[in-house]
Amino acid sequence: MLDYVGLIPLFPALGFAINLFWGRRLSKGAVGFIACTAIFLSFLFSLLVFIDLLKMPPSARTVEKIIYTWILSGEFQAVVGFLVDPLSVVMMMVVSGVSFIIHVYSHGYMHDDPGFPRYFTYLNLFVFFMLLLVSANNFLLLFVGWEGVGLCSYFLIGFWYEKKSAADAGKKAFIVNRIGDYGFLLAIFFIFVTFGTINFQEVFSAAPAKFAMGSSLMTLITLLLFMGATGKSAQIPLYTWLPDAMEGPTPVSALIHAATMVTAGVYMVARCHILFLLAPTSILVVAAIGAATAIFAASIGLAQNDIKRVLAYSTISQLGYMFLACGVGAFTAGIFHLMTHAFFKALLFLGAGSVMHALAGELDMRRMGALKPHMPRTYWTFLIATLAISGIFPFAGFFSKDEILWKALVDGGLVFWLIGAIAAFMTATYMFRAVFLTFHGQSRVAPEVAHHIHESPPIMTGPLIVLAVLSTIGGFIGFPIIEGGNKFAEFLAPVFALPAPLQQMKAAAAHHSVGLEVAMMIVSMGIAGLGILLAYRMYIKEPQLPERMASQFAVPYKMIANKYWVDEIYNFFFVGPLIRLAVFLWRIFDDLIVDGTVNGIAALFRLGSEIFKRLQTGYVQSYALSILVGAVLIIGYIIYFGK
Amino acid sequence: MVSLSSYLILSAILFSIGVGGFLLRRNTIVIFMSIELMLNAANLAFVAFARFLDSIDGQIFVFFVMAVAAAEAAVGLAIIMAMFRTRETVNADEMNLMKW
Repeated sequence: MLDYVGLIPLFPALGFAINLFWGRRLSKGAVGFIACTAIFLSFLFSLLVFIDLLKMPPSARTVEKIIYTWILSGEFQAVVGFLVDPLSVVMMMVVSGVSFIIHVYSHGYMHDDPGFPRYFTYLNLFVFFMLLLVSANNFLLLFVGWEGVGLCSYFLIGFWYEKKSAADAGKKAFIVNRIGDYGFLLAIFFIFVTFGTINFQEVFSAAPAKFAMGSSLMTLITLLLFMGATGKSAQIPLYTWLPDAMEGPTPVSALIHAATMVTAGVYMVARCHILFLLAPTSILVVAAIGAATAIFAASIGLAQNDIKRVLAYSTISQLGYMFLACGVGAFTAGIFHLMTHAFFKALLFLGAGSVMHALAGELDMRRMGALKPHMPRTYWTFLIATLAISGIFPFAGFFSKDEILWKALVDGGLVFWLIGAIAAFMTATYMFRAVFLTFHGQSRVAPEVAHHIHESPPIMTGPLIVLAVLSTIGGFIGFPIIEGGNKFAEFLAPVFALPAPLQQMKAAAAHHSVGLEVAMMIVSMGIAGLGILLAYRMYIKEPQLPERMASQFAVPYKMIANKYWVDEIYNFFFVGPLIRLAVFLWRIFDDLIVDGTVNGIAALFRLGSEIFKRLQTGYVQSYALSILVGAVLIIGYIIYFGK
Repeated sequence: MVSLSSYLILSAILFSIGVGGFLLRRNTIVIFMSIELMLNAANLAFVAFARFLDSIDGQIFVFFVMAVAAAEAAVGLAIIMAMFRTRETVNADEMNLMKW
């Protein structure tokens, strides 16, 4: 089965090609069927590869499959090859599995959209690039997938390109990502110059011997890699594109936030963990940025009224957790949270999409409320996802988030734990705020849409239920404390096994206090519970309280409601000057200098031809005369000066 | 025995007559005949050289020139015929459409 790993990204590529060339002529049902089947086959093959991998002894679970040599130029060699190890298999299963569920849901959600075939074409391409990204065996192929998902995010965020805001959001996502990609590309150049190869395994096995702990070159490389990750995974300072990405269709948001795109940065950092561990400064930066993003985005989420924006900031915040985990060396916990987050965040977005579907596209939570009796399936699944993201036992988010907080406390220090805990408190608050505002309380739905509130069709609620089941039980594969309970960490252990020189630094932190861990679990549950209680008090018991608080604490409220004015600051300092420079170059340099030169040369030749065209009289005899004169002159010249 | 220079002088005279006719006459058929005259002047020079250098090469060239001249006469006369049918004239001064 391992020989066929190349088929996993190939299926979506085929689906993409079929829908690209024949999508318009096929019926909607056929287009959706092809797209969904392609992803399902990928998922199936990922599962088969996973089963194959399980049959092998843990230490041998790293297989490279090289399809062909792509670029061969002097020392430089890039192949199209796949790396199958526990990390990439987990990613493949999560990506293809969650994408499949979203594809099925999309079939219902997008059914009346005129761009239906185009939508599924992009969607398949998106999954293709993401699968390529997670299965690549070298940096360059990973970068191909990396750029590909960036491109597809541009297509899909700007899917309704007639809307200016959507087109702008697409551009923003693309450009902000480019900034990060610039760093990533530089890092790849540095890696090639330093190691002479871009193959993951060769680089990682050579790195510990080649570099001393904390060498400046390694710090530079890892910081540049992380710069790429901040762009793709929406971390401070490059997170601004993600909230705007809400302009795309809702299932696309689910795809970007859960399965594809934003998880790429976390995956990349986890993949390069050996490099990061060699650079203590960088890994500290990763942890700090992760923690800062977690709390920063969570605080913004508290005051957003657009349901999808709340979810967007929660994604940024949860990604912050993942980077915090990577930053304290708990890569397994980061990937674990990535997986559980994929389940419940996809569920949240699809649930929000279901709500929008019922309310004719309404996004503002101030015009929702009391939807629970109308859409029971959406409500219960949304509630499960909310419990999961808040970290309530026994839902999936509890296990992963708790592991991150525990690792942050043990390996990172109290500050990181405290930040994580406060962010967890905020997460619980704003997520339950969203639930209460949307499904409970009094109906504030506009009367013209109120009469046709309805539960979504089974093709949309089915995926919700599947994801709800995964969000409920998904955490148990990483059960903590009990010996051998954490199957997930056990499976990933060979990937994150530290090479000998790095082992000693971790040895000190190995001791493990079960009592403390249980206590911390109860504490983090308590924190989440407090957050829920606060949301309950503010939005159910005393619905007028939030407004009172907003006027009482006007300054902080304004700050978070306006997202700390980060977009405005960026616009003022970066976007504005750049646009002015571009206009200057366009008007002065391009229009005047470049166009002037080209047009001037053309005008010169036209003038010349105006003069010389008179020579072409049309009389044969005048031509003959000039031939004769010419011949006489040449012969005369030869006779007189030839010797 | 007639000397080589006599032949060459005759050839030059014939060629000059051809050039003059080509440049000065207005009737395209006469212009055409002038071309033939120039070709035959060249042929005469070739044959004379062949005779005096005791080489067959010049005479072979003459065959080629005569073949080309025949082909040219066929095509040229056909063009003149076509011109005459459409424009009802063979005057070279009235054939000046191929200009700027």
